[in-house]
Amino acid sequence: MDFGFTLSPSSAIELDTLDSALYRKLCRIEPGARTCIGCGSCSATCTAAEYSGMSVRKLLLGLQRGKKAEVERMLSNCMLCGKCTMVCPRGINTRRVILTVCRLYDNVEGTL
Amino acid sequence: MIDRLANGFDPFVIPFMVGMIFVLTYCGIGFLVILFQLSREDRKRFLLSLVNPVTAWKNIKDIFLNCLIHVKLWKRNRMLGFMHSSIAFGWFMIIVLGHLEVWLFVPERIRLLYYPIFFNFFVAETETTLQGAVFFFLMDFFLLLILVGIGLAMIKRIRSRFFGMRRTTRASLLDTIGLYSLWAIFPLRLLCESFTAHISGGSFLTVPMNHFFRWFFGNELNYLPTWWAYSIALGIFMLVLPFTRYMHIPAEMLLIPMRNAGLKVRHPRRGFARIQVLSCPGCGVCIDACPMSVRKENLKDCTVYLNRQIRHHNERRITEISEKCLMCGKCSEVCQVGVDGPLMRLKQRELKKYSINQHYRNIRPDSFPVEGTGKVLYFAGCMTHLTPSIRKATMSLLSKAGIEARMMDPDGGLCCGRPMLLAGRQEQARELIRLNTAIIRSSGCDTLLLTCPICYRIFKENYKLDGIRVVHHSVYFNELIQSGLLKVSKDESRTLVYHDPCELGRGCGIYEEPREALLAAGNLVEAHQNHAESICCGGSLGSLSLNYEKRREITLNAFENLTAEQPDAVVTACPLCLNTFSHYADRPVEDLAVVLDKASES
Repeated sequence: MDFGFTLSPSSAIELDTLDSALYRKLCRIEPGARTCIGCGSCSATCTAAEYSGMSVRKLLLGLQRGKKAEVERMLSNCMLCGKCTMVCPRGINTRRVILTVCRLYDNVEGTL
Repeated sequence: MIDRLANGFDPFVIPFMVGMIFVLTYCGIGFLVILFQLSREDRKRFLLSLVNPVTAWKNIKDIFLNCLIHVKLWKRNRMLGFMHSSIAFGWFMIIVLGHLEVWLFVPERIRLLYYPIFFNFFVAETETTLQGAVFFFLMDFFLLLILVGIGLAMIKRIRSRFFGMRRTTRASLLDTIGLYSLWAIFPLRLLCESFTAHISGGSFLTVPMNHFFRWFFGNELNYLPTWWAYSIALGIFMLVLPFTRYMHIPAEMLLIPMRNAGLKVRHPRRGFARIQVLSCPGCGVCIDACPMSVRKENLKDCTVYLNRQIRHHNERRITEISEKCLMCGKCSEVCQVGVDGPLMRLKQRELKKYSINQHYRNIRPDSFPVEGTGKVLYFAGCMTHLTPSIRKATMSLLSKAGIEARMMDPDGGLCCGRPMLLAGRQEQARELIRLNTAIIRSSGCDTLLLTCPICYRIFKENYKLDGIRVVHHSVYFNELIQSGLLKVSKDESRTLVYHDPCELGRGCGIYEEPREALLAAGNLVEAHQNHAESICCGGSLGSLSLNYEKRREITLNAFENLTAEQPDAVVTACPLCLNTFSHYADRPVEDLAVVLDKASES
């Protein structure tokens, strides 16, 4: 039956089981990732946002919250065009963030 | 001229022979290994080019002009050119003349490798050989030439600025050993030939020295130890040669024919890349050229150090250098032997494995319908969408010129693929190319107009758009101005300087058209370093790891270079350069389209 609305799946974060190793590793390689203020400039300009919901802001949040599947989905359409880097008010090297996550995704212990 | 020793041998030649045989064996095996590393197709191409008379002649000419005369160095700086060519050409002539002497006077000894080198030790002059006098003179002349070159080289070590170089490479230990043994060879040769000049003959240099030494020492006990020292210096030089930058001497002779055969770097370490790395003489011209060199921390990130790290198999540094580079291409532009640094880095980037591999299967080309019928299709690209002034000015100029144009990406389109390509991710770039090609083909246009040089380069180099003219707006608007379709009024009071974007200038060879177009709108002054030697703005997408703060000094330095003549405004033809400069500029920075739009009448 269609009530015109649905129940959203739970977005609770299990802090006990949270795996943020990828985020920590990323911050070691690109410390700028920690300086994100979540302004959303990157989300607003992203070329791939329309297709995979890509946003560096969300990507960083997703990593902190251990939402790996969401991160992978977002990244799948990134074109590395660099608009997010151009508009970032914190000067974060977002392209390096993206490439590092792509590289370390399944291999957190791996070397860069 | 007759043989002085019946057996034609003396033990002092042993160090030289050991070195010589070692070098020949090493180079011979190395050549075979490199040949084996080439792909089958490349190998065939290379070997065929060797027997083709046209390329063979070009090879000989290039080897002579580049390896011996160092034409490119002469063009860069006369002192630098003279220093290198005097040593290289002088040494070459001494070897050739040595062989000629042996061949003319003692032909039965021609098979002995050491005879031409130590000729003056093994022969005695007779009254009948007047022809020898010409050789004596030439030998002394070329030796003097080399000694002058060595003297200049010593000065260069202390004051490289005399040679137009701010910075030179720091020599490694083996390089230093090679360098000192090279410096020792020629003064020792002068001493040797002076000691024996009364026996084997000499000329303006060696004869007076011979008189002086005989008067000073009063005996002949010195000449054998000096010949030993000469031979040992040669031996040491040749033993360390394969492990030092002097390997460029034999390597460049192979690099030139390979390049003339049309070979390209396919793997960052093997085959053609290997010979490029070995051909790097470590002169350090690329250090001053590299835009990153304004930061002391990045001094060792230029191509000469990349080549050295590849030789030392330092994987960590190779990756670091490869990913840091802005890919502006200036190092390969100024390189004397033509090492393609950016391409080596690109191939290195391609080796990287990623766990998440982007794909664009969910994006359909028909979701970008191009409306209208104009034959000119304008693709703004990502960067132009972030600098809307360029887009507006371009559309305005097109309508002023009465050209019916359509936008391919009015609401934002796909990326051209160049950023992916520069990150070494060929597959993703190919997919984007495929998508964009489909959109362009379906539009039925005959001209593709671009305002971003990054897009322009990949559309030019990697897209297959036969029948469609791919044109950058600087070229297109210049044509419209020259043909009178676009009327631009010149503001005589305004001086402009044009910044050559790397991708447009060095990347695609477009230098004059933007300048011609700008001349219609204002007075033009030149930057301190311009055209092929312009400095990257620092904003390049080529660098994967350089941070915003670290790019600051690069941008400031590039801007300082541009404003040397105090122009009223800086003009560029790249949205990314525009954006980068705008952060720090003390005067207006504008795109070429904006300048033209302001100056044109509707």
